[in-house]
Amino acid sequence: MRIPSLPHAAFLLRASLAAAAVTAAGFAGPVFAAAKTSVTIGMSVEPIGLDPTIAAPVAIGQVTWQNIFEGLTTIDRQGKVQPQLAESWDISDDGLTYTFRLRQGVSFHDGETFDSSVARFAIDRARGDASVNPQKRYFQSIESIETPDAQTLVLKLGKPTGSLLYWLAWPSSSMVGTRSADNNKTTPVGTGPFKFVNWAKGEKVELARNPDYWNSQAAAKLEGAVFRFMSDPQAQSAALQAGDVDAFPEFAAPELIQSFEGDERLATVIGHTELKVVAGMNNTRKPFDDKRVRQALMMAIDRNMIVEGAWSGLGTSIGSHYTPNDPGYVDLTGTYTYDPEKAKALLAEAGYPDGLSFTIKAPQMAYAQRTSQVMQAMFSEIGVTMNIETTEFPAKWVSDVLKAGDYDMTIVAHAEPMDIDIYARDPYYFNYKNPAFNTVLEKVQQTADPSEQAALYGEAQKILADDVPALYLFVMPKLGVWDKKLKGLWENEPIPSNVLAEVHWEE
Amino acid sequence: MIRALRRRPVLMIGAFTTTLLTAVALLSLFWTPFPPTKIQILQRLKPPLEQGLLGTDQFGRDVASMLMAGAWNSLSIAFAAVLIGATVGTAIGLVVSVRRGWLEMLVMRACDVIFAVPPILSAMVLGAFIGAGRFTAIIAIATFMVPVFARLTLAAALQIWTRAYVHAAIGMGRSPLKITVVHVLPNIANQIVVQVTIQLGLAILTEAGLSYLGLGLAPPAPTWGRMLADAQTFFGQAPWLALLPGMAIALAVTGFSLLGDGLRDMLDPRSR
Repeated sequence: MRIPSLPHAAFLLRASLAAAAVTAAGFAGPVFAAAKTSVTIGMSVEPIGLDPTIAAPVAIGQVTWQNIFEGLTTIDRQGKVQPQLAESWDISDDGLTYTFRLRQGVSFHDGETFDSSVARFAIDRARGDASVNPQKRYFQSIESIETPDAQTLVLKLGKPTGSLLYWLAWPSSSMVGTRSADNNKTTPVGTGPFKFVNWAKGEKVELARNPDYWNSQAAAKLEGAVFRFMSDPQAQSAALQAGDVDAFPEFAAPELIQSFEGDERLATVIGHTELKVVAGMNNTRKPFDDKRVRQALMMAIDRNMIVEGAWSGLGTSIGSHYTPNDPGYVDLTGTYTYDPEKAKALLAEAGYPDGLSFTIKAPQMAYAQRTSQVMQAMFSEIGVTMNIETTEFPAKWVSDVLKAGDYDMTIVAHAEPMDIDIYARDPYYFNYKNPAFNTVLEKVQQTADPSEQAALYGEAQKILADDVPALYLFVMPKLGVWDKKLKGLWENEPIPSNVLAEVHWEE
Repeated sequence: MIRALRRRPVLMIGAFTTTLLTAVALLSLFWTPFPPTKIQILQRLKPPLEQGLLGTDQFGRDVASMLMAGAWNSLSIAFAAVLIGATVGTAIGLVVSVRRGWLEMLVMRACDVIFAVPPILSAMVLGAFIGAGRFTAIIAIATFMVPVFARLTLAAALQIWTRAYVHAAIGMGRSPLKITVVHVLPNIANQIVVQVTIQLGLAILTEAGLSYLGLGLAPPAPTWGRMLADAQTFFGQAPWLALLPGMAIALAVTGFSLLGDGLRDMLDPRSR
């Protein structure tokens, strides 16, 4: 079973043999882990396509980012920006010209050579008029792209953009080939350590090691990887116990986590994510157009009880749209602490002495449903009636709430890191318009100094905590459950991902 | 009482169970040990007798109170749905038994179509238009009940129409309406009553299925089906959360079906 580089068909055969061997061993007794050269990763949500540059769902990046696709820059385990396909760069003193030195000898899985013209193509595709890139705004400041030679890429900006290098590392900024880009949705072709093999819709995506990977030090340690999709937490638990799935980096049910404690074979790893659970309000719709109403609702909520009731106590309360692992985090949970009496008084002051009634459009996911139910009970204490309307996610939620903005209140976990700028977006579903806030965020981009940026982000957090365009509830933890012999998976999630290059089995 | 129980054990057990459930359901309108929607998160997942009679759920709500309120929600929806279904279905069946011909063809084929669509599915479609809730659940279940009663009534009524006393009435020039009311309906009433009882059990089961899928009453109103759905992932920690509403559903369905069987035996002239 230890033959070096093999073509696809042989790999598949081998993978199935390995799987058969594992199953057989499962019946026989102890598993021969040493023979395992592939890993099966479980995910709750199946991606709707495999091109992270054309659609927003994070599941796309969780399969493809850093496995199939790479960017000019990347984000490491600690959330720091690192060079990737750009080996170095110079930023002009005015912050308006970025000159990237691209890596040589990089090629796509279909053989296309990566050079400055390909990089320009990829960025133009993401920022062009026809682009449907989910983070298109990140490319807004780029005015022109120059390619003086094959190894040099120059980005000319219209205004300083301090987060550009960070944004270029995102899944949505992945480098795509000129020949393959159009088909990436179904057959992704990138420069990464793994190649796409097959996608059995509704079941799994299979990847195989890229033998021609440009960086021999960071090449994949495994021969192959499989992503399997199952949404039911009990099925997830059963698959882990049976060894059908080696790892669930984001296990879906916190209440089932403790059932793995003390397990001989499985490890429970609780890390950080960027998943901010916030209950957004329609800031232009009555009564939410009155800041006092929003503040009163915030004061009606006991965040610790929400975490306890909705997520078995596994989560961290937040007071603004920011997580404790982000640079410049300020703990603002004290801005409007739980105080039903004050909340009632403020509601009366806003003209609702007898309370009010509205509807929350809550997705079907457990965290949203449970949090809504706890909030409903807390609101009833201050005379506010909240009706819960279950709204199917993603399709109906995206069309009703995100696109049409037809809602009073909703609740959803925002997965993207450092996305506080969504409150400056117009239009965006909160319908929050605050020029002072927008100015602070513009200032963030005018500097490249991290400490100055952090201070500005602190200011932005405070504005939101005080204005309460959304009820800030908690950050979900990353509930990882995986085989103790499996090493190299990320414990934390500075950006939604499953980076597999370093993953291997320990003898 | 004991003699009655010995003579008709099925009927008596069914009657006892359903009366008890109905009493509990009615009681919940006036009194429950705790408010069934009161959340006390610090008291979450307490086992039976440690906190309240039957323990607490994942939000610290009192399970016994929720089951009581759930009984009312479940039974009231089932009764309303079966009442509507039986009335409309019986009326259709009686009209068709008079007219027959192409109308019978049409109605029977329409019944087949409704039978082909499970109530869960029609509730989902309805829910998409008017939103989930009590009304949706009642209408969805009632729609499913209509063909059951239409068919039963038609078959039973057609038999009556062949009887000599009906022929005599026709000969005397009685109008079809009068014959239906005076002769047909009273003679098939027994069968309809039996069917109503049996369908009540089915309606409770369907309502539980709808709320299990999130198509029943909106939270915070407690329903047995949603209690069961919520309890699933807590089964390891708090098995009573799944077992208790499960038992309540089983009890209600069995109760009504035993009552129906018992009534049929009692009312069937052949078994007398």
